[in-house]
Amino acid sequence: MNLTLKIWRQKNQQDKGGFKDYKISDISPDMSFLEMIDVLNEDLVKKGEDPVHFDHDCREGICGMCSMVINGRPHGPKQAITTCQLHMRSFSDGDTITIEPWRAKAFPVIKDLVVDRTPFERIMQAGGYVSINTGGVPDANAIPIPKNMAEDAMDAAACIGCGACVASCKNASAMLFVSAKVSQLALLPQGMIERKSRVEKMLMQMDAEGFGACTNTGACSAECPKEISLTHIARLNREYYSAKVYSENV
Amino acid sequence: MSKILDSKVPEGALAEKWSKHKFNVKLVNPANKRKYDIIVVGTGLAGASAAASLGELGYNVKAFCFQDSARRAHSIAAQGGINAAKNYPNDGDSVFRLFYDTIKGGDYRSREANVYRLAEVSNNIIDQCVAQGVPFARDYGGLLDNRSFGGAQVSRTFYARGQTGQQLLLGAYSALTRQVANGKVKLYDRTEMLDLVLVDGKARGIVTRNLITGKIESHSAHAVVLATGGYGNVFFLSTNAMGSNATAAWRAHKKGAFFANPSFTQIHPTCIPVSGDHQSKLTLMSESLRNDGRVWVPKKAIKGLSAKDAVSLPEEDRDYFLERKYPSFGNLVPRDVASRNAKMMCDEGRGVGSTGLAVFLDFADAIKRSGKDVITAKYGNLFDMYQQITGDNPYEVPMMIYPAVHYTMGGLWVDYNLMTTVPGLYAAGECNFSDHGANRLGASALMQGLADGYFVLPYTIGDYLANMPNEKVSTDHEAFQTAEKEVKERINKLLSVNGNKTVDEFHKELGKIMWDYCGMSRNEEGLKKAKKMISEIRKEFWENVNVIGDNHEMNQSLEKANRVADFLELGEVMVDDALQRSESCGGHFREESQTPEGEALRIDDMFSFVAAFEYAGDNQPEKLHKEDLVFDNVKLTQRSYK
Repeated sequence: MNLTLKIWRQKNQQDKGGFKDYKISDISPDMSFLEMIDVLNEDLVKKGEDPVHFDHDCREGICGMCSMVINGRPHGPKQAITTCQLHMRSFSDGDTITIEPWRAKAFPVIKDLVVDRTPFERIMQAGGYVSINTGGVPDANAIPIPKNMAEDAMDAAACIGCGACVASCKNASAMLFVSAKVSQLALLPQGMIERKSRVEKMLMQMDAEGFGACTNTGACSAECPKEISLTHIARLNREYYSAKVYSENV
Repeated sequence: MSKILDSKVPEGALAEKWSKHKFNVKLVNPANKRKYDIIVVGTGLAGASAAASLGELGYNVKAFCFQDSARRAHSIAAQGGINAAKNYPNDGDSVFRLFYDTIKGGDYRSREANVYRLAEVSNNIIDQCVAQGVPFARDYGGLLDNRSFGGAQVSRTFYARGQTGQQLLLGAYSALTRQVANGKVKLYDRTEMLDLVLVDGKARGIVTRNLITGKIESHSAHAVVLATGGYGNVFFLSTNAMGSNATAAWRAHKKGAFFANPSFTQIHPTCIPVSGDHQSKLTLMSESLRNDGRVWVPKKAIKGLSAKDAVSLPEEDRDYFLERKYPSFGNLVPRDVASRNAKMMCDEGRGVGSTGLAVFLDFADAIKRSGKDVITAKYGNLFDMYQQITGDNPYEVPMMIYPAVHYTMGGLWVDYNLMTTVPGLYAAGECNFSDHGANRLGASALMQGLADGYFVLPYTIGDYLANMPNEKVSTDHEAFQTAEKEVKERINKLLSVNGNKTVDEFHKELGKIMWDYCGMSRNEEGLKKAKKMISEIRKEFWENVNVIGDNHEMNQSLEKANRVADFLELGEVMVDDALQRSESCGGHFREESQTPEGEALRIDDMFSFVAAFEYAGDNQPEKLHKEDLVFDNVKLTQRSYK
């Protein structure tokens, strides 16, 4: 296939950046999307030009590192996959493909398609854990957990922290990301002790990082490569209101 | 036993060694712990668990990862599960049985005492993870579910769907995150270690490069832990993440840490085959597929046989070669046997698909027998993934699979305390060599990473620190300045070659040589040839590589170049090791060492040792040291799957 790529190039955080067009030919439909970018980059290096920088690591859809907005959609046109799992057979010969970084105030561009997602780290640091030390914990089977609760918790825990939810949200809200962790730990007995302070602290940090508010549009869940459900946002809201009633924390 | 290599295995009965050792180690007074700094490089299962646990104890920890978040380390991609000797299913498991299976699975090339300790602490890991909120699979009664994995006779594998590695890593990451919030761990993401710094012969710090700004920085500490994973990417194509690299371990090696069993590489039989030259990595399909899929190739070579055409190929023209050669284990033979046989079929020209480098894994019979719904319930997500990548629907046509590099059992040599041959330098997880011998069992990598980080290092590092003064070394010290200078010079050198070949071109060449001559099947002639070829490529690399950009901003070409330069050196030592070990063992088939039936032949009286390589200077042959392996508690047997 022969394609035209419109790629966002930005030298660094200070640079204004802009789209640049690239023609690319002989692309096999069996290539992954990122392999297609690899081919482009090899060409660029051969020509002495700076290759397109992008985040990627595992290339099997689980590390959460890859992050491209392809033709206006985070992770591209297909449902429930990350950019690295997208293959060129999803495109046709002659297509023009627009490739941009995640766009959100809280995720400044570092270079080209690479953005800074450390705000997610600070949200997790605000309370995305159970406060136990190594050792001295009860036997793993001491507290039975109903199978359906464990399954629901696992649904939430499947979040890969890629940030597609933020990139797809018109408010650049991180609500789906935050709710995945809050929901997982609110469903499990291990998370009960800190349940109230956790939701308050994590949400406060989300606001402090410059993410927008949630208006229940649902784009986040629609674009989420792990199909994290809006139910988790509903659970977060319930956790938050009930925490606020008795708030001793924030 | 070699004089230099003292494994420091405690005296006493196997089952009592660790308990006694924990009592005998020196302790650092709680009030003094904050006076000691520890560097942990890598934030996968071993690194994150070590950094978190050491921070909880009160040490000041600095943790480093090259990814943008500690949560992205490649442990996250492990699918299957984690072993533990809980014996919840009441099916006869025990610490000793897990120990025995691991030693036997490693084909008697690992250290008894380390493996026993691994089995011993395995149960604590499960408790710890559950307490963190890891959502393991459960049964209707609310208790934890177990499955049998990788041919084990007992069900001892705990799992969280097909994402066990992810869930365990996120658990360790949450513990790490908590220590970051508490101020006990300082986290440096997008930061890569480029050298180890020794002061008075002890590991006292590292030199790093900030991957956003290019800044070279020094970090001083009282001890350094490397938890930087394996080196499967020497092969270019592997199931490792694109960024997985050997640089930290290799630079430490060049500063005095011996590298043990570098040629021990695990090759996984069920990966999606290479589709063309553009291929950047390989994707693993869970081994569980072999429970229902039948592996076959055509009896007579058919060039470019596609999966679609294979459906109509009559039964009598098919060769179900694993079932034919291993009637009692059939398609469920261990990883190495399945991999080697697939390669043999392709070498005979009977491989399938456009490249001829694949065999079929066929579910037609299983679907006929159990119905499509049953197969969907078991493997639905894997079938979807396969279709996503290849475009073929495995419900209608057979899958194609081919072996791929998956894990490296070799790594930095460590003693019982997980300390390398450099005092104060520790290695944990896949980065060390210690527990898996010549072959790793399924669901044991996660166990080892977390065992090292949560339950071994917190004890053994204290013993070392208790014996040293808490004075800090300034990063103005000459040793740091020299190391920084060397790192900068090397970067400048890479940037100034301005040659004609890209880094990836060199990496692909190296990978092909390693795969062809130092992969599943090896012989002396091929290895000697490989050694020569690698040294030529390495020479050409430094004369003809093209690295774009400069060192003052994010530069992914430079990152890659730095890593590939190290792979080119490590690759040669892997070949050296494969050459000296002229026996077949574990996943490694040495063609000169086989039984009359063509099966792997281990030679215990000659090769029952750990091969530890010492760096002897640029372009000098590495010096081989041997740690003899003594087996007091298990009887050595040859494996047979006939």
